[in-house]
Amino acid sequence: MAAATESRMTPRQRRRLSRAIQYAVAAAVVIAIAALADWGRIADSFLQIDIAAAMFPAVWTAFWNTIVYTLLAFVFGMIAGVPIALMRVSTFGPYRWFAACYVEVFRGLPSLLVLFLVGFGVPQAFPGLQYPGGVYGQVAIGLGLTSSAYIAESVRAGIQAVPKGQVEAARSLGMSHTRTMITVVLPQALRIVIPPLTNELVMLTKDSSLVFVLGVTTATMELSKFARNELTSTANATPLLVGGLLYLLLTVPLSALARRLEKRGDTR
Amino acid sequence: MNTADTEGDAAGDPLVRIRGLRKRFGDNEVLRGIDLDIAEGEVVCLIGPSGSGKSTLLRCVNLLEAPTEGTIAAAGHDMTGPDADLDAARTDIGMVFQHFNLFSHLSILDNVAIAQRRVRKTPRREAEAEARRRLAEVGIEGKETARPSQLSGGQQQRVAIARALAMNPRLMLFDEPTSALDPELVGEVLSVMKGLAAEGMTMLVVTHEMSFAREVADRVLFLDGGVIVESGTPAEVLTNPKTERARGFLHRVLHPVD
Repeated sequence: MAAATESRMTPRQRRRLSRAIQYAVAAAVVIAIAALADWGRIADSFLQIDIAAAMFPAVWTAFWNTIVYTLLAFVFGMIAGVPIALMRVSTFGPYRWFAACYVEVFRGLPSLLVLFLVGFGVPQAFPGLQYPGGVYGQVAIGLGLTSSAYIAESVRAGIQAVPKGQVEAARSLGMSHTRTMITVVLPQALRIVIPPLTNELVMLTKDSSLVFVLGVTTATMELSKFARNELTSTANATPLLVGGLLYLLLTVPLSALARRLEKRGDTR
Repeated sequence: MNTADTEGDAAGDPLVRIRGLRKRFGDNEVLRGIDLDIAEGEVVCLIGPSGSGKSTLLRCVNLLEAPTEGTIAAAGHDMTGPDADLDAARTDIGMVFQHFNLFSHLSILDNVAIAQRRVRKTPRREAEAEARRRLAEVGIEGKETARPSQLSGGQQQRVAIARALAMNPRLMLFDEPTSALDPELVGEVLSVMKGLAAEGMTMLVVTHEMSFAREVADRVLFLDGGVIVESGTPAEVLTNPKTERARGFLHRVLHPVD
């Protein structure tokens, strides 16, 4: 009988029926969860308005530090990553090999381990060594090293995506290899890699939560550590929700920006 | 202009001198012994079937393609010598490409001015004034701030010619300059090239435009299998080809559907 009904339906009717079934299932799941969950308890754990309010304005310092750590790591990542990318595409073998090793090492190590290495390993091996800017310097280098490996790979891909004809035109006008790179290839490559670099910024925003392992004070604390401290002192999960929302305040616009830049890149 | 490595630059000596040029890509020998002289002010058109080595020969003149064997002197520079300063030599040799290759991140004005500024270190204002003059010369006006992608193919190619001319070259190389254009845009590019020839520019042109070759060239070379099979005036090569290969090629080009 089912077969008979189906055969009488037009393709459009069949699509509509299938859509309706999916909506019904989704609605059923939502209703089941809503009915089964202990809303009072959830609200008690996550939605204590007074606990959330008490986090302000101190949380802004942590929020600000998250931004600062992210940008420091990103700037270091660019400063180290762009030259590494150039070395990757160099005609001079040793440059290529060094850059390949660098990328493999720092892309292959967990950010946390690199941070430990920079924060504790290196100072132990070189006593008396002071990072400029204290914990800020440590973060720039510790997170920046990992980031520079990813940035280098993005930029390398961008350089290789610049059409060969652009290089030939520049060389035929008398530009040297280096001059061609600086004047023609890099500006175009950087335009190509803006969307992936924006994504890298999103990754770094989240990785800045690792900074707490370096031992931070109230003044240098970032969002995750701040939220965790509040969680401990209030024995309530509301600070995590507030912290999470503040992260999304940074990452969602960045992701949206990356998507828009990607789209603009397509139409070019 | 660099006169230190000048060789055969005296009056009457050719502007381009190629001897025993061979080019191999792996096992594929694309050029098999080319000897060619081009006099100052001469317009030479290179014709021949695809894969005959026309473009490779052209690209060897400014060493965009390094020869496997042979010597090349061009625009007063010994291109294949051990002390060749290719960057300096290339400022005297303009090149125009099939796909224009305008710098896509720069405005039209910057495209034409950039090499003067970055290679010759000409002050910005001077370089831009020269760029405007060159753009006017090729009939591009009021597009200074546009991007290459906003121009038609014919306009882009004319900008590319202006870009090459802005360096004040002694020799111009054209690599199938109209092959990527819509048919109705071919004329505007060819007429710019014709004007350039009339002013006495030395030109080496790889082309499939037989009417252009007939009208503008002083000499036509028919290339096949990596060697120059015929060389002579347009009338000799295009109207009365001596070899069967050239006759067959011309017949196929002029009567594609026969």
